[in-house]
Amino acid sequence: MSTFYFIAFLSIFFSILVISAKNPVHSILYLILTFFTFTIHYILLNAQFLAIVNFIVYMGAILVLFLYTLMLINLNKESEPVKPFMVKIAGVFGGGILAVALASSLKLVAASNPVILKNPDLGLVKNLGKVLFNEFLLPFEVSSVLLLSAMVGAVLLATKDPKTA
Amino acid sequence: MESLTNTIHAVPLNHYILLSAIIFSIGVVGVLIRRNAIVIFMSVELMLNAVNLLLTAFSVYRGDASGQVFVFFIMALAAAEVAVGLAIIVMIYRNTNSIDINVLNRLKW
Repeated sequence: MSTFYFIAFLSIFFSILVISAKNPVHSILYLILTFFTFTIHYILLNAQFLAIVNFIVYMGAILVLFLYTLMLINLNKESEPVKPFMVKIAGVFGGGILAVALASSLKLVAASNPVILKNPDLGLVKNLGKVLFNEFLLPFEVSSVLLLSAMVGAVLLATKDPKTA
Repeated sequence: MESLTNTIHAVPLNHYILLSAIIFSIGVVGVLIRRNAIVIFMSVELMLNAVNLLLTAFSVYRGDASGQVFVFFIMALAAAEVAVGLAIIVMIYRNTNSIDINVLNRLKW
C-alpha cells in the first residue's frame, strides 16, 4: 500500500519537474522518469501487458522521437523565450483551480471502495488478446489504417519542399 | 504474484482518481505557461498518460478488460499524433527558424 503512495509522490514530483525545467532536454529526461513511474503503477495494478507496452511504446519510441526532434532543432543558439510573469501566475492559478474542482467533486461521490483485483489474470496478454480480437477487431484493424496514414502524413510534412531546397 | 496483488488491496479508488486529476492539472498548467512547442506537446502526453492510468485503475476495479484494450488504442493514437505533430513542428521550424508558439499568431486569420 505504501508503495503506491511513494510511486504516486514520485509521479507528481517528476511531472512538476517536466513543466518547470528550463532546458527542454531536461524536460524530456524527466518525462521519461515520469513514464517509468507510470509503468510501475501498471505493474502494481497487475496490468502486465500495458506495463510492457508503456515501456516499449512510450519510453522507447515516443520519447526517443522527441529527443531526436529536439536534437534536429538546434535550440542552443537562443535561450527559450519565457512568458510574462503574470501569465505564468494566471496559468498556475487556473490549473490549481482545475485540480481543486476535480478533487472537491470527489467528495460528492460515495465513499470509495478499495481497488481489489478480482481476476488476477485480467491484464495478461492471453486475456487481453481474446478481448481485443473478439470484441474490438474492427477498431484494431482501423487503427492500422490510422498508423499508416500518420506515417505517410509525417513523411510528407517533414520532407523538404523541393522548390525551396 | 500474490504479494504483488496484495500491495494494491488497501488503496481506495479515490486516490487513483486524485492522482490522475493532479497529473492532468499539471499537464494543463504546462500547456498554459510554456512557449516552447515541444514542451507543450510533452504536457499533452502527460495528460494522456493520466487518463490512461485512470482507465486502467477503473478496469481493474470493475474487473472488465475493455478498459485496458482502450488504453492500448489510446497508446496507438498517441504514437500517430506525436509523429504528425513533431513533423509539423519541424516544418514550422524550417519556415520560421523558431518553435516559439507566439511567432505563430499570424495563423489566426
